[in-house]
Amino acid sequence: MTATTESAAANRRMWPYLLPVLVFVVIGAFLAYGLTRDPTVLPSALLDRPAPEFELPPIPGRDDHGFSRADLGGEPMLVNVWASWCVPCRAEHPLIMRLAREEGITVNGLNYKDRAEDALAWLAELGDPFTYVGWDFKGRVGIEWGVYGVPETFVVDGDGRIVYKQVGQMTPRVVNEVILPLIEKLKKQ
Amino acid sequence: MRRLLPFLLLALLWSGAAGAGGVKPEEMLDDPVLEERARILGKQLRCLQCQNQSIDDSDAPLAADLRRLVRERLVAGDTDEEVKAFLVARYGEFILLRPPVRPATWLLWAGPFVVLILGGVAVGLYMRRRSARGEPEIGDLSPEERARLERLLAEDTRPAG
Repeated sequence: MTATTESAAANRRMWPYLLPVLVFVVIGAFLAYGLTRDPTVLPSALLDRPAPEFELPPIPGRDDHGFSRADLGGEPMLVNVWASWCVPCRAEHPLIMRLAREEGITVNGLNYKDRAEDALAWLAELGDPFTYVGWDFKGRVGIEWGVYGVPETFVVDGDGRIVYKQVGQMTPRVVNEVILPLIEKLKKQ
Repeated sequence: MRRLLPFLLLALLWSGAAGAGGVKPEEMLDDPVLEERARILGKQLRCLQCQNQSIDDSDAPLAADLRRLVRERLVAGDTDEEVKAFLVARYGEFILLRPPVRPATWLLWAGPFVVLILGGVAVGLYMRRRSARGEPEIGDLSPEERARLERLLAEDTRPAG
């Protein structure tokens, strides 16, 4: 018997013991990958599709014409879904202000299921970065946008297509690594 | 017991919360046929805020909105499939608690059967190899063993004591 057939025979004896280890490694790899993902963040079904048709009135007391599909397009812009009762919205608001005031990006707001006086007081207190704000008191337009929690922020390109969706609170990292480069890229197109 | 108390209270709160969720009387449609369809649809649609509840079971505000929306669409004359397509277009297939069978979900649907078949094949191979190796069966006793077995069995039938 040569050395190779001997080791082949040894391998054959070993594999029933190695198989469970192999199965464990494969399952473990999948589970480890699963731990790195946030199950509450769902991919938007609207990505790379035109923004939905909608028309919203202004928040009663805010001086604009509301917010509708016709306001999208022309240049890349952000659509920020917010509410005065939403705590992470308050936390991310300075970043939205920075994007609008310092970076010169058009930001439109979708005020989700909010009382008018609360929404206005919130803007007066924290600053108003929005060009237009639609008042979605019943949350019906939120459904058109696939909103399932506030805050959510969409990047809409010059053709009115949704190209990015941030679910949950905006962070400096997302602004610097995703939003700003993306807007830069869209502006060049 | 004192240490367990918070957990018991939590469990109690939890069960109360679960019981409180779901379809509210004021949401129901007058037409019992449409309401029945809305209930069947509601059980198939995922509440995106709570993820592992259907919109019919959930007390989340978005679930209530979606229940209302399903009823609106049904009253407007949508078929069940059209209602689902409407929601999938906005929220993606994740909103369906039962994923559709498509190339991307074949592994999901076929996976358990594939594992079962692989296991069956492995067991079959093992059994065949074992019988091919010709391991002694229980009946193959030497005369000495047989004699000892009979002695033991005879002992066993004697009354105890």
